[in-house]
Amino acid sequence: MRQYVLKRLLLMIPTLFGVALLVFFLLRVAPGDIVELKYAGSGTFAPKEALDRERKQLGLDKPLAYQFVSWIAGIARFDFGDSMWTGRPIIEEIKIRLELSLQLAVMATVVAMLLAVPLGTLAALKQDTWVDYAVRIFSIAGLAMPSFWLGIVIILGFLIVFKWMPPLTFTSFWTDPRANLAQLIWPALAVGYRYSAMATRMTRSAVLEVLREDYVRTARAKGLWERAVVLKHALSNALLPIVTVIGLEFAFLLGGLVVTEQVFNLNGIGMLFVESITHRDYTMTQALVLLVSFAFIFMNFMVDLLYAWLDPRIHYQ
Amino acid sequence: MVISIKAIMSRGFILSLLAIGAPAVLPAAEAPRPGGELVFAVGEIPPSFDGHRETTFGMLHPIAPHYSTLLRFDPQNYPKIVGDVAETWSFSRDGLTLTVKIRKGIKFHDGTPLTAHDVKATYDKIIFPPEGVASARKALYSMVDKVEAPDDLTVVFKLKHIAASFLANLASPWNFIYSAERLKKDPRWYEKNVMGSGPFIFVEHVAGSHWVGKKNPAYFMPGRPYLDGFRAIFIRDTAPRVAAVRSGQAVVEFRGFNPAARDDIVKTLGNKAVVQESPWACNILVTLNNEKKPFSDARVRRALTLAIDRNEASKALAQISVMKYIGGVFRPGSEFATPPAELIKLPGFGKDINAARNEAKRLLKEAGVPEGFSFVLKNRNVKEPYEVSGVYLVDQWRKIGLNVTHTPLEGGPYFNDLRQGNFDAGVDFDCEFMDEPDLYLLKYLSSEASPVNYARYKDATLDELYERQSRMLDVKDRLPLIRQMERRAIGEQAYQFPLLWWQRIVPHSSRLKGWKIGPSHYVNQDLRDVWLAP
Repeated sequence: MRQYVLKRLLLMIPTLFGVALLVFFLLRVAPGDIVELKYAGSGTFAPKEALDRERKQLGLDKPLAYQFVSWIAGIARFDFGDSMWTGRPIIEEIKIRLELSLQLAVMATVVAMLLAVPLGTLAALKQDTWVDYAVRIFSIAGLAMPSFWLGIVIILGFLIVFKWMPPLTFTSFWTDPRANLAQLIWPALAVGYRYSAMATRMTRSAVLEVLREDYVRTARAKGLWERAVVLKHALSNALLPIVTVIGLEFAFLLGGLVVTEQVFNLNGIGMLFVESITHRDYTMTQALVLLVSFAFIFMNFMVDLLYAWLDPRIHYQ
Repeated sequence: MVISIKAIMSRGFILSLLAIGAPAVLPAAEAPRPGGELVFAVGEIPPSFDGHRETTFGMLHPIAPHYSTLLRFDPQNYPKIVGDVAETWSFSRDGLTLTVKIRKGIKFHDGTPLTAHDVKATYDKIIFPPEGVASARKALYSMVDKVEAPDDLTVVFKLKHIAASFLANLASPWNFIYSAERLKKDPRWYEKNVMGSGPFIFVEHVAGSHWVGKKNPAYFMPGRPYLDGFRAIFIRDTAPRVAAVRSGQAVVEFRGFNPAARDDIVKTLGNKAVVQESPWACNILVTLNNEKKPFSDARVRRALTLAIDRNEASKALAQISVMKYIGGVFRPGSEFATPPAELIKLPGFGKDINAARNEAKRLLKEAGVPEGFSFVLKNRNVKEPYEVSGVYLVDQWRKIGLNVTHTPLEGGPYFNDLRQGNFDAGVDFDCEFMDEPDLYLLKYLSSEASPVNYARYKDATLDELYERQSRMLDVKDRLPLIRQMERRAIGEQAYQFPLLWWQRIVPHSSRLKGWKIGPSHYVNQDLRDVWLAP
């Protein structure tokens, strides 16, 4: 097992290198550059020399190979450089947003799980009854309803009814838990509901499949309580596909909540991502792609480890 | 004889501020009430903190309150120019030397005195930036030969030639006065740090989230600022920005909203809402690729502008966007604006659209452009006012038998295509901080001479007219040349032409006092006169 873990950890390096290589060159292929956008975008009368001076200052006048090697060398020292748009250290810029994004991802996951696991299990147990249909409507509505739309509805509802909206600036949970939750609970509900919809459907089908297994029949034949049959034998064995969905969704939530972040004005990684791409902030985009890639790789790795813990039959060599 | 600056400035400027449709009438004179924190929304984030380098209002709105400038536009009487750190100023007899006296006793926030040497260092950085230092508006000061500080309270600008726009450019809101000492140690220090002499002292900046400033107790104007502090909240998306004002979390967003947002805010706040509106110093331009056939033919270009019903556009687009006023090269209502009698003589600005379209069809036929000719109109993928303008243009050109594809693009590819000449027609814009021909006419110089002209043409006549008008101090002498240039650029040649000028709409809470809307969202943002009602 230890060897497996080590191997997987080491494999992350070439994967991330591949991602770095791809994102670096793809960004350079995309038309437009940060300097042009900065000046042309605001209609400023900046002669070519001014643009060239700015490009030089950002190191964009150097050969691509040189730029790539120096960037990779920086990463090897955990130095991601400075944002080309703001000039501030990338680590600092990401740090400010990561706390919010991580907390929102955790909260949305908790909301999703609190909804999905009981509802999905209930729907499976009450298959083809009104309970199943009701859960189905609830979950399909969640799939059909984009979380940002639900976010807009929440905000408009508050505005129209209470003339109130969630706080617009982030306060750390450790500084002021009330202000923190007042801001993040609503996007967590909006995102968590959509996220739960998929997990509910997944839980229902996984539990249904397990309920038809011989060992469940045996457990029932032994005279075990239904609760024990469901919780211990059915649900725990149905968890593998659910854990997979949770793992992937969690990684997605870290950088993929762009529109929800816009709607609630959350200063998260998703917004930073879009802004950096819009501004052609190469260094920032590269760092964010690496961060999100790492989140996906790491979550996959954790899910694989969880498999072994959840199902003793799984062994890694 | 010394040329009086007052004479230069008192050019019969037209007061262009309007307060239209305000649900609550602005009180004539209320006694300012000190105290309170002003919370306002900002739709962009500041890239760096250096005003000399940046070009976005996202930098100016939160950071301008920390700085003084040499001169400034009088917010109550735009475009009158008044002193900020400058106490008096006068030109020499030949108009080539400007001597500015600095107010005594102004201090930077670190307690050091602000002197003429700081002003000199600031303008040296703007006009003659050292290697590795970016200066966005260096080109606007090409007339300056050198800047001198003979003593602590005197700054002297020596010019290479007379320049009509020079003085007004010293009132640029971007030209923050920096400390010479800090610049000497590190000319890029101000990109990441804030230390000015303005009404507010920097407190906190959380990237992408908010910016906080507190009252400068040592501000040189007695009794100012009124506010204890301010908090700028960065809200990039329009919907939450509107919601912020509706919910009262933000008192105002200074750049402005569209009519729908204004109505939403007024509906929610009721009699606690005040709406200030003004013609905006911004327009939407149609730019044509003059190097490409058939747009290289002036008849085709004239046909394209003739086909546009601007009168209908001003009615229709004003309901859904900030597009509103019909005007030529200059902002309607400004002292350089084309008089209506002259404007209607320009192709596409007349009253009879049917006659104009018949003429457009005739010109197209004469130029050999077939019925149903197809081309692409490239645009920024920004809904308002760009995309609505694009949709309107496509519809107008269809009415003279042209088949136009509207292609909105992300900013990067859009500007790249415009710069590279990879377009047929494009939706461009022109937004300046003041109504000054030297700024607006830059757009119409030969493309080689003007990096903001994407229309790819060379016109020595326009370049020569520009130079001549730029070196005349008397508006009466400038105007005929300006009109001549306008007629040629958007009339006879129709290289590129304005669609409509924008309307600036700032709905805000009635608690906001002491702030008056102007035609530019770049000026009057130091907040020193602003106060909050209970």
